[in-house]
Parts: sequence; C-alpha cells; structure tokens
Amino acid sequence: MKFRLMLRSIPGRFSVLLVLLILLAGSMLLSLSLGALKLSPAEILEILWTRPGGIHYQILYNIRLPRIFCGALVGAGLAVSGAILQGVMRNPLAAPGIIGVSSGGGLAGILVMLALPQFSVLLVPAAFAGAFLTALLVYVLAWKQGVSPVRLILAGVAVAAMLGAVSSAILLFNAEKAGGVLDFTIGSLTARSWKHLQLSAWYLLTGLAAAFLFSEKLNVLALGDEVARGLGLHVERVRFFFIAAAALLAAASVSIAGLLGFAGLIAPHIVRMFIGSDNRFLLPGSALFGAFLVTMCDTAGRLAIQPSELPAGIIMALLGPPFFLWLLRGYRYEA
Amino acid sequence: MKLEVKGLRGGYGGKPVLDGIDLAVEPGTVATLLGPNGCGKSTLLKMIGRILMPESGSILLDGKAVGQYDTAELARKMAILPQLHHAPGDLTVEELTAFGRFPHKKGRPGLNAHDREMIGDALRRTRMDHLRHRPVGTLSGGERQRAWIAMTLAQEPEILLLDEPTTFLDVCCQFEIAELICGLNRERGITVLMILHDLNLAARCSDQLVLLKDKRVFRAGAPPEVLTVPNLREAFGIEAKIIPNETGVPYCIAVGSVRGETQ
Repeated sequence: MKFRLMLRSIPGRFSVLLVLLILLAGSMLLSLSLGALKLSPAEILEILWTRPGGIHYQILYNIRLPRIFCGALVGAGLAVSGAILQGVMRNPLAAPGIIGVSSGGGLAGILVMLALPQFSVLLVPAAFAGAFLTALLVYVLAWKQGVSPVRLILAGVAVAAMLGAVSSAILLFNAEKAGGVLDFTIGSLTARSWKHLQLSAWYLLTGLAAAFLFSEKLNVLALGDEVARGLGLHVERVRFFFIAAAALLAAASVSIAGLLGFAGLIAPHIVRMFIGSDNRFLLPGSALFGAFLVTMCDTAGRLAIQPSELPAGIIMALLGPPFFLWLLRGYRYEA
Repeated sequence: MKLEVKGLRGGYGGKPVLDGIDLAVEPGTVATLLGPNGCGKSTLLKMIGRILMPESGSILLDGKAVGQYDTAELARKMAILPQLHHAPGDLTVEELTAFGRFPHKKGRPGLNAHDREMIGDALRRTRMDHLRHRPVGTLSGGERQRAWIAMTLAQEPEILLLDEPTTFLDVCCQFEIAELICGLNRERGITVLMILHDLNLAARCSDQLVLLKDKRVFRAGAPPEVLTVPNLREAFGIEAKIIPNETGVPYCIAVGSVRGETQ
C-alpha cells in the first residue's frame, strides 16, 4: 500500500515513466539482436554506427530496425488511443475498436487487398482513410445536441457490427485469396519496412504530441460534462479534439499493423494500475508501455516457431490476457 | 455578485420545464430553491450555470448576460457543483481541489504560488487539509462533499451554485455542510444559490427562499414569508405545522399529505 502511494507521487510517476522508457529501449535492443542472425548489443551498435554495408547491415538496418520502429509506434499509438477513449468515454471497456476504426480500417484494407492486389501501396492510405472516416461517421451518428459517451459507444458498436458483416461476406466469397487478409485482421508486423513507417509515422507522432500537450484538459473532462463546463472547459470542442486524436492514432496504427487492437485496451489499464489516472502521466506512460508490449510480442512471434513466425497479434491475444488478469487480481483496481 | 433571471423558459427539448421564471439574488446573500421533485430546480440551476441553454429569457450576472461571458471568464467568477459528480477514485483530495484553478491557469502548465495558496486555503476552510493526500474514492460521503466544495472554493468564485449539496449525507454532515456554506457567505461575501430538500435547513441558512411550482416561481422572499401553511400545502401538497422559534426562523413539521385531496 505504501509503495503504491509512493508510485503516485510526482517523483514516483516520473520514476515509473523512466522504468518504462528503459524497458522499451531494452526490448528494442533485444529485438534487434535476436532472430536467425544473432548479434550482441555491442555488434549492433557498431554496425549501426559505422554502416559497413553487407548482409548484417541490411538485416539490421532494412529489416529489423524499421519493423521495430513500426511496432513501437503502433503500440504507442494504440495504447494512447485507448487511454484517450477510456478517458473521454469514462468507460474502462473503451478501446480503439469502439469508435469504428478497426472495422472501417479492416474493411478498407480487405477491399484493397482483394480488389486491387496489384496496388499494395494503397493499403496503408486506404486503411487509414477507412478507419478515420468510420470514426467520423460514428461521431456524426452519435451527435444530438452534443455527443454523450454512451451514445458514442453504442453508435460505434452498431457501425462496427455492420462493417464487420460486410467484411465477413466479402471474405466468404473470396476465401481462396483471404490469406494475406487474415494477416491483416490478426495484426502483424511481418515485413514492415521504412516505407510503411514513412506513410504513417507523421500522423502517429502528431497525434501523440497533440494528446500529450492537451492532456490536462482530458483530466478536466474526466470529472464529467457538468463539472467540466463549470470549470470553463469547452466540453464539446475538447471531446471532439480528443476523439479526433484517438481516431488519428488508431487509424495510423491500423494502417501499419492491421487490427492489433488488444494493445489499446490493456496497456492503459496496466499503466493506470501503477501511476493512476492523471492523463499527464498516463498518456506518455501508455505510449511507452504499449510500444514495449508490441515490440515484445513481435519479437516473441518471430522467435516462436523459426524459421516461420507467428503474427504479433496472436502472441498479444494469447499472452496479454493472462498477464492482464494476473495483474487485475493482484491489485485493488478501479478504472 | 448580483444574479437576475428574467422570463426564463426552457427544458430538455419539447415541453419546457420552466416557463417565465423571474428571480433576483442580491450580492452577498444566500438564496435557496425549494420545490417538489421534478419542478425544475436543477434545470434552473443548470441554466444559470450555462450547463443547459434556455429557450428564451435572460440570465444576468452583474448586469451582463451569462452567454456574453467567455466560459473560462465566467468560471473565474461563478462555480457550480452539480448534484451528481464523479471523480476518478484514485484522485487525491488535493488534486481534485487543484482543478478549481483550471480556469485561472489559461493553459499555463503546473501551479504557481497563488494557485498553491488558494488550494491550501480551500483545503483549510473546508477542514480537508489533513486529508489532502487521501484518494477521493476512500472518503466518506461528508468528506467527499467537502472535497468538492474545496474545489469550487479554489475557483475563487463570487457566486456559488450548489445542487443539493447535503443529499445522501447524515444529519450531522448536512449541518456541517450548511454551516460551511453559510460561513463562506458571511466571511467572504460569496453569493450563494443552492437547492435543498430540507426546508428547515434552508430556512436556517438562507436570506431568501424561492419556491418553484408549475414551471414558475410560486413564492420568493424571506423564510417566514415563504414557509407558511398555505404555501406548503399548495406547493408540496403537505399539511404542515409551522413553529416559530426564538431566532425568527420558522420551523416546520409535515404532519400529513393532502395531495390526494387537491388533485
């Protein structure tokens, strides 16, 4: 109990953020060093520093590094998106999928993969557009003299069910071509390159920066609409801003890694257990922990059944829940 | 801060809950809204606190329409405590109180010396300073209500709107909260408009009682003028006994219901 209170003091929270940062750096280094080619940290640093060219350099710089950055950014994006939505909706079950980003991004991705397989370049922008537009649609559908969290959740669930049905129908009639699509719907980082990162990194970094910058307003919003208005917050404006930021983050993440949504649900909860629900710390903490989680899951997936690999989404969905439940039992926790 | 409401009409879409409300609260006084459930007390308070938009009519604070104020500017003059409020349970009393400084910060991160002074003052005045590091979720009902009042105090309001601040509290806590509010009014000249259900508590600490009925103000005035047998029968449908006491504050006891007979 004492220890938990210490964690929630300001120095305690900064320490937790520092530990998370170290964990993330460690997991990235681990992921760089492991695989069919094993390298020590010293070798890695030397190769990246001197850039000698050759096969080792190619593997490190053009295969592992962009994939790790993709994973870390996707994890950060989904986790912050989830943390924002849990705050805005005042609902612990909120996750990126709830505003329709997964279903919209999924459908757009499936359409591109099946109808225009020769234009795989379009996959990332199409998934992004699908995810973001669906989130906007859900927002508009939930609008009635302002948007209440409950209406937003229900509209999101309804739209997701419809788009999911369309996706399923399309997949059913194209079963023979559904292999690549499956990868996308599970959530995977296989063969992600600098190209993927280039397309989405700016959206992710912008979304993260905007969310961190205005995190105090999210704290005020968490006190409820009436109290927030009484404190002089432009409730509808702030809510729209944060939902847009969450949609941007989730859409950009989905466009890189597919539907890796579970990270967005559990990462914020795990961080909240330790440092509490102050979004000024929760958002950066979720970003670091989400990045760590996805990096570790992807690394585990790469190593699990060599020479083949398991998608990060499967590892996340297999190992995430037991870990999460174990924490949930050990901690007296109210979201 | 002087509050005037003129010809106010509005509700939640469709039929208005309030129609033709006229009301004035003089600076530095305590006014309490009374009336049966569903008579629109909370609606009126929310409209004054710009949480709900009225359909028509005007609400003036020191002669200026509420809608003309920038929302943050208004929050530096007027604090409102809704009936139902919910904070993340892990928030400490001090952190909750610090939210009262939000409208004064204008986007500046962190707290400055004046902010800290106001937070400390609000905690002391509500006798919450010894609990400042306690999570709000672990407080008793009375302590929690005091913590929320501390937040509104840190806002440095000139006028305070409170929606049933004593509901769900035991008798002692009800008294304590009422004493606190009256004390703030006496010592700091904060104008108070609140909703109470306890008629005697309202009579004890208010300069003006405002009885609502049928979408409008039924009676308004000093407690002895408003708390009369016919008024209570008309507004609440109760048969009451009024016992005058030595302080001049009437004391009333409900002895029966006449609702069935009047309708």
